[in-house]
Amino acid sequence: MNVFLMYPDRDYDAKQSIPPNAEALTEDLELNILFNAMTRGDDFLFDAARQSILSGLDSPDFIRYRQAILQDCLTHPEVIRQIYRIPIQSIENKRRHWMGIFSRYPSSVLHGGRELLTMFVGLLKTLKQIADEHAADFESEGFKRFFSMIQQELSDDYFALVESHLKTLQFRDGVLVSAELGTGNEGANYVLRKSNHEGQSLVKRVLTRKSPSYSYRLDPRDDHGAVALGQLRDKGINLVANAVGQSADHIDNFLNVLRLELAFYIGCLNLAEQLAQFGGAITLPEPSPSNERQLTCTGLYDVCLALTMKKKVMGNEVHADGKDIVFITGANQGGKSTFLRSIGLAQLMMQCGMFVPAETFSANVCTGLFTHYKREEDTTMKSGKFDEELGRMSAIIDHIRPDTMVLFNESFAATNEREGSEIARQIVRALLDKHVKVYYVTHLYELASGFYNQQMENAIFLRADRQRSFKLAEAEPLRTSFGTDLYNKIFRAES
Amino acid sequence: MTFHSILFERMEENPEKALEEPEFFINLNLDQVVKAITAGKQEYNLKPFFYVPLKDIDSIKYRQEIFRDLQNDILFENIKSFAQKMFIMREYLKQRDKLYYESQKKRLFLDAVEIYCEAVDRLAQDLSATNLRSRGFRALREYLTGYVGSAVFNLLWAETKKLLADLSSVKYSLIIYDNKIKVRKYESEADYSVEVEETFQKFKQGAVKDYRVKHDTGVSMNHIEAQILDFVAQQHPDIFSNLDNYCSKNTSYLDRTIAVFDREIQFYVAFLEYAEELKRTGLKFCYPEVSDQDKEVYDYEGFDLALAYKLIGQKLPVVCNDFYLKGKERIIVVSGPNQGGKTTFARIFGQLHYLASLGCPVPGKTAKLFLFDRILTHFEKEENIQDLQGKLLDDLVRINHILDQATSNSVIIMNEIFTSTTLDDASILSKRIMEKTIQLDVLCVWVTFIDELASFSEQTVSMVSTIVPENPALRTYKIVRKPADGLAYAVAIAEKYRLTYNSLKERVKV
Repeated sequence: MNVFLMYPDRDYDAKQSIPPNAEALTEDLELNILFNAMTRGDDFLFDAARQSILSGLDSPDFIRYRQAILQDCLTHPEVIRQIYRIPIQSIENKRRHWMGIFSRYPSSVLHGGRELLTMFVGLLKTLKQIADEHAADFESEGFKRFFSMIQQELSDDYFALVESHLKTLQFRDGVLVSAELGTGNEGANYVLRKSNHEGQSLVKRVLTRKSPSYSYRLDPRDDHGAVALGQLRDKGINLVANAVGQSADHIDNFLNVLRLELAFYIGCLNLAEQLAQFGGAITLPEPSPSNERQLTCTGLYDVCLALTMKKKVMGNEVHADGKDIVFITGANQGGKSTFLRSIGLAQLMMQCGMFVPAETFSANVCTGLFTHYKREEDTTMKSGKFDEELGRMSAIIDHIRPDTMVLFNESFAATNEREGSEIARQIVRALLDKHVKVYYVTHLYELASGFYNQQMENAIFLRADRQRSFKLAEAEPLRTSFGTDLYNKIFRAES
Repeated sequence: MTFHSILFERMEENPEKALEEPEFFINLNLDQVVKAITAGKQEYNLKPFFYVPLKDIDSIKYRQEIFRDLQNDILFENIKSFAQKMFIMREYLKQRDKLYYESQKKRLFLDAVEIYCEAVDRLAQDLSATNLRSRGFRALREYLTGYVGSAVFNLLWAETKKLLADLSSVKYSLIIYDNKIKVRKYESEADYSVEVEETFQKFKQGAVKDYRVKHDTGVSMNHIEAQILDFVAQQHPDIFSNLDNYCSKNTSYLDRTIAVFDREIQFYVAFLEYAEELKRTGLKFCYPEVSDQDKEVYDYEGFDLALAYKLIGQKLPVVCNDFYLKGKERIIVVSGPNQGGKTTFARIFGQLHYLASLGCPVPGKTAKLFLFDRILTHFEKEENIQDLQGKLLDDLVRINHILDQATSNSVIIMNEIFTSTTLDDASILSKRIMEKTIQLDVLCVWVTFIDELASFSEQTVSMVSTIVPENPALRTYKIVRKPADGLAYAVAIAEKYRLTYNSLKERVKV
């Protein structure tokens, strides 16, 4: 039995490594704000959100698989939360009643495993009931498969069979074990046997048996003998205890996987609820294959900024289909960084199967997302700022593949404009040749105008306006970023 | 040819004594090497095998041939599996001696003989299927073929198999209920664990913890188990009386030549396993050409075994070094910066010659080495601040002793002698010793800080430890043939700090 709500064909791997640039992404795109909104202080949900957003999918088909499931979740949030409570209940039961397998002795493995199985059977019955009531309302491939699997596998007959085993496993009539002579004539290959005379009491059967048998009764004061007999019994039930213990673990795992895979969708529900409070738009994006170049969006806003300000923020409309590079220039504090972040966030959210904060959004998937942002001065004194920037760039280059996406924010400005532009030009040129998609926010006029003058078909130039409407428009890069405007504003305000 | 030993072709070569470590072992780090080689094989007591250098070329070849045969991976695995079985056999017998209940002791003896028969028969078959070139293995094969074909062996094995088959046919059932236990014949009841497992099969995904307990075997039976065995024996009286007879009849089943082989072959196995660990990091081993006449020697890409073993343990790179002596050249004089690998180089020269004399492969890509009569080493002893005069005296006494013992067939390794006197004194004394050494026509490596020794005569060759000019602090550990130049190191440091004559001229403006 598999949950398969994150992938159509495999379990979600909570231990898959997140990409090496996770830390930079988290910092540059303010991801913690997003994670927190999805999780409301629950550490488990936080980890699940972080893991799934940072290790997104490359395949549009897989993305659509999750989108359909998410759509079902958004339509029936109360059913989803109800299912999510089942694994949570299991954890609470274990904690409250000290359930589990805490020792290595077969007798206690058997005991602990049997208790767990009994508890799991109760929870699985609840799951079955939910499936019976709601399966028909769900439309996604993922949930249809999930519910029909529950209905098929967990039939009433099956529950009856399991309960009869749980009863037998108490061994009220003693244990019957076969053995052979092993090394040193010690008993070996102990196998627990099911009596051929089911129903009859074992002791009674033995007493009425005709075939020769030898019996031995312990002296009540023979403590060593009692221990030895206990060990012998343990050898006999060793395998069945293992089977019971492992079965309990398997069901436990199933419930854990269920919790883990639902955690992502619960996070999405939490976020959707918060955005709905102030009317933030969400849409399921249209992903296209990584080798295409697509970006068309309307009303794309920075979800982290909206969450921080708890209100609707300005959205952007961009038509950059067929473009490999987007240059963003223009006024200081004109919304360039916010736009760049909204692009990065939307890309990550799309690729993990989430909705996107926009009215409409379509983009090609990328094989990796990297950010190269200007950093504060390095306080460790290890290397100069420009050194540090080049060092980080070099580390990114180590991980880049074709169809990766790189977001530059004021990179290579820590030296004079000519050097910075030249280095940036060489890097961007190389990235484009390697079919990497680039967004570049820059004040380096020589860099931007250099590319602009080439009239490349696969480049687009956006500019933040002087009026600071926070709307970007397609426009040629300018020699000034209107920094003096700000200067004047500040100094006028002070005087 | 009759087979005596896999280490010595003829009986009379075998010294058969528990020997002490040779004197020079510690100086050449051979104590560490032998310790590492024999680690984990203490029960074979292999160290004495490493204390006896061979005295003639043919004995060396006898072993080299065996080493070469063992480089056939299949044969090597065959030998290891033979050793493993013999080990288990000994373990069974050891356990037996600790046990209390007779029926258990006897069964362990039977198990021991079974694995012995299997081991010997398997090895005989394996050797017949292998293309063997060495005299040693061919003789062993002949011996084993004879042994496993013998009536004694065949009877032993047939009886063993029969008894084991009878015992393994015994199957019984236990019913455990409260404080009572019943033993009766097994009646083909179904395996219940399988049924439980099948019921929960559908939840199976991924690996989960294994809850099976490994119950100790080989501990002595308790009285409950003994009681059960007693019941089982009463159910099968014939089988158990046959076991009694078998045990009293076969007490001396173990063949002595095979037992000796089992120990001695470990000399080769231990060395090859040790070498394999080093080879995995890209280091090379080769079979040296060994001569007792020709003093032209060489080795390319050699390394200090002890140091290399330590470095690869710390995942650090190992630097290899080359040397050769041609024509009249006899003495390598090593000078240059400290900590540059000079002592290591000297040890390599000694280690290689010693290993070659054991018949072992040596570090390097290709090598030709000399069969010495003795190795003599002089390494500086711990500094003793109190008594400098005493130390110089001690140096002289020891060197005198070395030169007394040395013949023209010896190998001498001198490491930084006369460090406890003035440079002039050391220089004069060293030259005297050098003259004597040259007269002996002996192979020698001489590590020194006295540059003049390097160009003493046509018998001496100068080799120098090297540095990276841009960064004198970085060691290369490369020792190369070139004239001794005491200035190189100082000049490099000066350049780094721009304190050379030329730099100072530029910097100091008038």
